[in-house]
Amino acid sequence: MSVSRRKFLGWLGAAGMGTAFGTSANAASNKHFTGYPDSMGILHDISLCVGCRSCEAACNKVNELPPPEKPFDDKSVLDKKRRTTASVHTVVNKYDNAEGTKGPVFVKTQCNHCLEPACASACFVKAFAKTKEGPVSYDPSVCVGCRYCMVACPFNIPTYEYDSAFSPRVMKCTMCHSRIIQGRLPGCVESCPKEALTFGKREDLLRIARERIRKHPERYVDHIYGEHEMGGTSWLYLSNTSFASIGMREDLGTTAAPNLTAGALGAVPLVVGLWPVLLTGVYAMSKRKEKIAKEEEAQAVGDAVAATKAEGEEKLSAALAKAGKDKDSAIKREVKKALEEAAKAQKEEAAEAKTEEDA
Amino acid sequence: MSQEAAVFGETSPPGKSLYTPFNVIAGIILIVGFVITILRFTKGLGAVTNLDNNYPWGIWIGFDLMAGVALAAGGYVTSAAVYIFGMKRYHSAVRPAILTGFLGYALVVVALHYDVGRPWRLPYPFIMQQGTTSLLFEVAACVALYLTVLFIEFSTAPLEWLGLKRARSIVVRLTMVLTIFGVILSTLHQSSLGALFLLAPSKLHPLWYSSYLPVFFFVSSVIAGLSMVIFESTLSHRYFAHKMDETHLAEKEGVALGFGKAASLVLAGYFTIKVLGISMDNNWHLLGTGYGMWFLVELLGFIALPCFLYAVGVREKNLCLIKWTSGLTVLGIILNRLNVCLIAFNWHLPSDEKYFPHWMEIGISVFVVTAGIVVFRFIVTRMPILYEHPDYKDSH
Repeated sequence: MSVSRRKFLGWLGAAGMGTAFGTSANAASNKHFTGYPDSMGILHDISLCVGCRSCEAACNKVNELPPPEKPFDDKSVLDKKRRTTASVHTVVNKYDNAEGTKGPVFVKTQCNHCLEPACASACFVKAFAKTKEGPVSYDPSVCVGCRYCMVACPFNIPTYEYDSAFSPRVMKCTMCHSRIIQGRLPGCVESCPKEALTFGKREDLLRIARERIRKHPERYVDHIYGEHEMGGTSWLYLSNTSFASIGMREDLGTTAAPNLTAGALGAVPLVVGLWPVLLTGVYAMSKRKEKIAKEEEAQAVGDAVAATKAEGEEKLSAALAKAGKDKDSAIKREVKKALEEAAKAQKEEAAEAKTEEDA
Repeated sequence: MSQEAAVFGETSPPGKSLYTPFNVIAGIILIVGFVITILRFTKGLGAVTNLDNNYPWGIWIGFDLMAGVALAAGGYVTSAAVYIFGMKRYHSAVRPAILTGFLGYALVVVALHYDVGRPWRLPYPFIMQQGTTSLLFEVAACVALYLTVLFIEFSTAPLEWLGLKRARSIVVRLTMVLTIFGVILSTLHQSSLGALFLLAPSKLHPLWYSSYLPVFFFVSSVIAGLSMVIFESTLSHRYFAHKMDETHLAEKEGVALGFGKAASLVLAGYFTIKVLGISMDNNWHLLGTGYGMWFLVELLGFIALPCFLYAVGVREKNLCLIKWTSGLTVLGIILNRLNVCLIAFNWHLPSDEKYFPHWMEIGISVFVVTAGIVVFRFIVTRMPILYEHPDYKDSH
């Protein structure tokens, strides 16, 4: 295969451009997003929750979810740890042996509505969005169903309608986005009889939470869960016991999800830009090596041919010379032989003549 | 029956029964797979899989996609070696490698249709809304483009088979650009498959989670590609030796030695960066745990050991050892992808909440692999893959 330089550069250009247009990606940036101003959140004061499951019932009703297996006033479901499912957007779990508490501790779990959501960062069709009001919204009309959002979520919240063959959706708490827009409270907050849930601007909720910790340091752990976890969440939690002992991970770190993959995404344009350079270089080197090898081969062959030729000529002339000499000596030998024979014949004749004379 | 005869026909001589062991087993697998397929698309994922809300990804992603893409890396590795690095002595390995790569990627895409909830929407990320913040978008874009590249690269064989000389010569002229394009795309999506898990530091065990994940995946894909070429060539020689021409047979040994040597070297590098990964995150203390033991099994048994065996095999020109080592290496790559995607994923979960595939999930994976083998067989028994077409002998 022979390739001219012009052709080759043309191909490279085509390859580079094709790749660049094929995968456009945002490079990493050092901008720190701290949430939309005035976005709403919910503060869950775990120390106030009594595990009545009113929030679960309200959530079920407001979102028109299928009826539960056991009624919402059945407390026996609390004996087993539960997680969100495709038909249950929020669950209350009971922890009996939480650190430094007498009675059981109840924790409500649902989507935390991250400020920079892992699900939204993971979605390759932008089905998730952080709205300016606070909730993380999901658009089932574009969802392909790859479920990378579920892999990505550090809180294990999104669920999937595995039993639907034709229109499965990712299901999760919506923070009652449509109600918030109408100026109404989210279903769970409205239904809570103990005011364990407070709805408001996230900024205000952080102030309220700090105030409660300041006023009752003996009651609360000095940490607002969700203020910084995974870059911050719209749901905030106050607790009277260590978060780790009530199933809330304290090892998530404060890095927002998009920053975890920013480096890898940032490398994409570099690969597209530099790989062709490197590969062309390697190609050029291997071509050149091949060319030099070919030239050297031709040279070597030429030399060998010349040497063989010279040697051959020498041999030929030597052979000719030898042949000449051989011929000369053969003639001499023949002449000598002839002379000798002639002399012999003469002698014999003479002897014959003598005997004749004698006779 | 007539279609089956067309698929299975040529390898069995005329007059001989179609019911060879291969055909019977492949036939049963394909029929079972067909039934599961109907179930999957009429009853939903829940009916045929053990996927749940904690384990949204099962073996269709862990094996079919993650391992499948890695094992299909032979295409770009071989064509780069021959066309870019100028190692012409491996030329006869290019076509089988491209074919294996093309079929591998095609089957990955087929398997994806089973796994995603609404497969008819697979083009949505390109035509509806581009989720460019997602590494999955990059993977999807690169896989789609690379499948196209592989199809064009592969198309020379059917074009020769069909005698379309002009079309073939156009494709041949594109060889260099396709090769470079293929290497770029492969670098990007092979590494991005690892980078997918960068988003889940709290779920993937720290011994497998590393900021080097994309590099691990890319480097191990080179190993997988090299080993698959040796592995596939061994099997091809066993079953299709009569289809190989003299060049192929003469170069075969050199390919195994050369690729084995390269694989040993890259394995050594891979081992080094894996150890560096533990070191960077200072995870030494985790090696003493249960997961640590499992990690060591992968690191020593499936990276260090094949590295050593390849080296010995090449040094002593022991082709048999090289062939077995290629199998071991391929298993190691599959194990690594399963570890990252399933076994060391959700390591916090109690064992009774962990995922184990439903038999029908395994059924579909076996079905997909079998379909690949049947198509491979159909192609190599008809098209110039293991031999050069007599009309184009000196055209490269």
